[in-house]
Amino acid sequence: MDISFYESVISTMLVAGTPLLYSTLGEIYAERSGVLNLGVEGMMIMGAVTAFIVGKTTGSLIFAVSAAVLVGIALSLIHAFVSITMRGNQIVSGLALTMFGLGLSSVMGIKYIGAPGISFSAIKIPLLSQIPLLGPIFRRDALFYLSLVLAVVMWYILFRTKIGVRIRACGENPAAADALGVNVSLIRYACTAIGGGLAGLGGAYLSTVTAPFWVDGMTAGRGWIAVALVIFSFWSPLRAIVGAYLFGGIEAVQFNLQAYGIPTDVLGMMPYIATIVVMIFSVSETVRKRFGAPAALGIPFVREER
Amino acid sequence: MEPLVRMVGIRKIFPGVVANDNVDFELMPGEIHALLGENGAGKTTLMNILYGIYRPDSGRIYVKGKEVSINCPADAMKLGIGMVHQNFLLIDRFTVAENVALGFAKKQIRPDVEVKKRIIELGERYGLRVDPDAYIWQLSAGEKQRVEIIKALYRESDVLILDEPTSVLTPIEVSELFSTLRKLKSEGKGIVFITHKLEEVFQIADRITVMRKGKVVGVKRREETSKEELARMMVGREVIFRVEKKEREKGPVVLEVVDLRALNDKGVLALKGVSFKVHSGEIFGIAGVAGNGQKELVEVITGLRKALSGRVLINGIDVTNKSPREIGLLGTAHIPEERVKMGIMPGMDLAENLVLKRYFLPPFCRKGVLDMRRIKSNAEKLRTEYDIMAPSIRTKAKFLSGGNIQRLILARELSSAPKLVIAAHPTYGLDVGATEYIRRKLVEERDKGAAVLLVSEDLEEILSLSDTMAVMYQGEIMGIGRPDELSMEDIGLMMAGSKRMEVSA
Amino acid sequence: MRIAFVKKEKVSFKRMIAVRAAAILLALISVGIIFWFYGADPIEVYKEIFLGAFGTKIGISETIVKLIPLLLCGVGLALVFRGQIWNIGAEGQLVLGAIAATGVGLWAPIPSYLVIPAMFLSGFLAGAAWAFIPAVLRAKMNVNEIITTLLMNYIAIRLLYYLVYGPWRAREEWGNMTWSGFAQTAILPDYATLQTIPGTRIHYITLAIAIASLILVYLLMNRTSFGYELKVVGDNPMAARFAGINISRVILISMMISGGLAGIAGVGEIAGIQHRLRPGFSVGYGYTAIIIAWLGGLNPIAVLISTLFFSGILVGGSYIQISFRMPVGVINMFNGIILLFLLATEVFLNYSIRMRR
Repeated sequence: MDISFYESVISTMLVAGTPLLYSTLGEIYAERSGVLNLGVEGMMIMGAVTAFIVGKTTGSLIFAVSAAVLVGIALSLIHAFVSITMRGNQIVSGLALTMFGLGLSSVMGIKYIGAPGISFSAIKIPLLSQIPLLGPIFRRDALFYLSLVLAVVMWYILFRTKIGVRIRACGENPAAADALGVNVSLIRYACTAIGGGLAGLGGAYLSTVTAPFWVDGMTAGRGWIAVALVIFSFWSPLRAIVGAYLFGGIEAVQFNLQAYGIPTDVLGMMPYIATIVVMIFSVSETVRKRFGAPAALGIPFVREER
Repeated sequence: MEPLVRMVGIRKIFPGVVANDNVDFELMPGEIHALLGENGAGKTTLMNILYGIYRPDSGRIYVKGKEVSINCPADAMKLGIGMVHQNFLLIDRFTVAENVALGFAKKQIRPDVEVKKRIIELGERYGLRVDPDAYIWQLSAGEKQRVEIIKALYRESDVLILDEPTSVLTPIEVSELFSTLRKLKSEGKGIVFITHKLEEVFQIADRITVMRKGKVVGVKRREETSKEELARMMVGREVIFRVEKKEREKGPVVLEVVDLRALNDKGVLALKGVSFKVHSGEIFGIAGVAGNGQKELVEVITGLRKALSGRVLINGIDVTNKSPREIGLLGTAHIPEERVKMGIMPGMDLAENLVLKRYFLPPFCRKGVLDMRRIKSNAEKLRTEYDIMAPSIRTKAKFLSGGNIQRLILARELSSAPKLVIAAHPTYGLDVGATEYIRRKLVEERDKGAAVLLVSEDLEEILSLSDTMAVMYQGEIMGIGRPDELSMEDIGLMMAGSKRMEVSA
Repeated sequence: MRIAFVKKEKVSFKRMIAVRAAAILLALISVGIIFWFYGADPIEVYKEIFLGAFGTKIGISETIVKLIPLLLCGVGLALVFRGQIWNIGAEGQLVLGAIAATGVGLWAPIPSYLVIPAMFLSGFLAGAAWAFIPAVLRAKMNVNEIITTLLMNYIAIRLLYYLVYGPWRAREEWGNMTWSGFAQTAILPDYATLQTIPGTRIHYITLAIAIASLILVYLLMNRTSFGYELKVVGDNPMAARFAGINISRVILISMMISGGLAGIAGVGEIAGIQHRLRPGFSVGYGYTAIIIAWLGGLNPIAVLISTLFFSGILVGGSYIQISFRMPVGVINMFNGIILLFLLATEVFLNYSIRMRR
């Protein structure tokens, strides 16, 4: 094994991990505010198809990515409306949006399947890219760097600022937050929208960087892995980075093990099996009050009749 | 001198009940004004209106002479009104500083650091010392209350409302609270003290407004009235302070607890070697402020929590760490502390709820198949016998009032003629009528020969109902004795952990 | 002006029907708008769907064909949902049933008259086993079953692909792929296929099993102590503990029944319709069944009606895929929107809307 083998593993790891990171970060904010958004998969794939179509039509990456984010936000606002205002069951609402997103993306993308090699290769920014082994980290596209910056910023906001305190309060004890004048609905809407927008962004990454094609169902459950990663990272944006790249690493290993004759489909099971294993290990610590799920997660907040 | 607050003609109606019926209320500066009444009298509703949690259907509010409209707690806070609720609105996973910052910090960056100074300052000034970096889940009830008071005082409020503040405090913490209140009073602040405890009113209040069933019955100065008069105003008739209870011979030991040790949910030792015996035909009361291991004790005895060591014996049979079902089948009834959370299935109907303990036994069930007719007739019978107010046995349990939920639970638990009854805070939050009913039922069971273990924070309840009583503090029994042989002073000291007494047989 | 929600005590049957119907109407209008953007006339599309599903004899029989797997999955899901156990893995459990059936049908060394029963049994067991894993994780370790059952779906599909492209691939047909380019296993022998009602594709044995399971499961839910325990677990797990109910046992048994029924649905699809194992044989029955179970809930008649409705959409949907050249995803889209509107209007069942100053 020479250096270039490891470098390619690292590259794959980072590229595979970035869409997961985006979606996980978004879902962390949604869940921290108390909203369980199971529509991540649907929002991701809608982001992917939107970015692809807009990108191909306009030729602009900025438009493509922005459109994907907007689509993600729009879908998540539906979820927010149904769960927060209409007090519908959050689990079923998320599932419905995933079904809808998968279906709609299929319909929208049909004219673009197999479109020969639309290359929207992303911008590569060479920085400290000459370092052996770790070089690949610094030879990535803009969205990769953005995801890391975002993770740090989102961590800081959540744990060191007033708005972060309010967001977390909505997820832990919305009645307390409400009594102190916090607009719980607004914060939950906003955090759900952030969740959707970032999921859309994660999907956009898939169809513009990871594989600049459109394939029906190309998210392949990554949205669900992201939901599991939120638990794994104990709802903290910094730990999400670890989780996302860990899973990126599994995809990388999967890819490289192909050379050893293990059937692709069996390897393809790895991310999902790994997610289940990860969830098993996350649970025993979740019991500890410090790191568990936000106390009011998934429970609609109903202010008593005034 | 102008009143700080004046509420005139307040009306508030909820579906099915008039919570406030043309209520007037006034608070002067430098006054501690008690709002006295039984549960459900409308006191909390009135103050929630003042604090902006509810909006009145009609009536006017004046603060410092100006008419105001209070639409949300933020408005109340701007007017200088702070409230400490009965159920603390604190976030367990946050630190003290973060909880305070949530409502009061001005800066975006590191708001918890910003509020630390003021927390310490207020703590010194009013004797409300608390560590700003401590997590709420680490604090005792008294310390949590201090955080709430600090929150209420943060913006130099002139009016402080406290809703049943002493229900979670030890006697020492209560006197610390009272000295804090007196300090606030001396600064000219006005304090509203909501309570249903007559004793406290005479210790701390200057004026007392008595409410009953949504109306104001009267306003008195402390010097001008007596405990009996206030009690009469509260309840509307002569109150019997002691329950009718005949002396009874104690039978053999039914429940024996030997050196029980157990952990609480946080992994801390909650029971540190508890031992006592309850005989048939005896009511054994356990007094003590909530949070001293009573919850864990009840859970271990009823099979809901594992004991680390020690034994529980029912009629001589070792039932330590056996399942709740096995313990129930030995003739144990459990009236749980958390009525709604644990005691009923809110989405299921009366009939289904009433059969929870015996659905798997004949005649309700044979070979796995339920006999619906028997279940229904059982429900009808119990509904009448225990006077459960509900439109039909098909009504879902969530629509029942608190008192009726407790009747349902009693019906279910007591109808199988239990030999051991475990009642945890059975009258908490219930009105006088329901409370009397439940106490009567417990005495009835004892008269029928059952052993009754009663855990309650209401010291008066323990004193009047128990044949033998014990005091728990920090997971240990501080002393056991007959209520009429223990002095109030001894009891108070035991509750505060300062005294131990020889355990009498 | 504010919107205030006032809790209602009772829901009249009429109101429930009205609210549900309104939701479906709104959903149809929304999807119609999407059709219009796509370039198709919504009225034409809906006509085609409705007539396709219910207007012709073939349509009705096909609707019943689709009803079989939907009903089996839906009934199983209605059971576990009652216990607030969210089995999103019916699709994977169905696939496992299909895999087991194919394996037994092609290679089991038993006399031919035993093959069909063996296929059903193995399908049930395979589906139950697939559900058992997430069930045990939830029961013993409180691991969220929504995600685990869902992930198991992806694993199941991968397993299917692996088998069909790999060891089970029909060797002698390697030059003979279907037009969509999918690989497949060898065709099942006659003794491993189910009889159908003449002139239709309705494999009536599975249909009978489906109807029987509907009746049995509802009897189980409403007339047995197990059903009672399941309801208590779903309504208030703390009360279940208080009463000494063995919550683990309830979760495990109900999940295995649910998985087993989905497995049988898989057997039916292979032995009755496909006669071989190939990828894509399930058009999301396991997911559509979630909506059915959620809609039908307590009421077996409601489950039957919802199943009929969604079967109709599936059949109608397959017609418009051909005539309007829409992708399979259009059915998912439909289902998603219908569910969203049902959810959003659910609030009208439990609350009245008042305008407050």
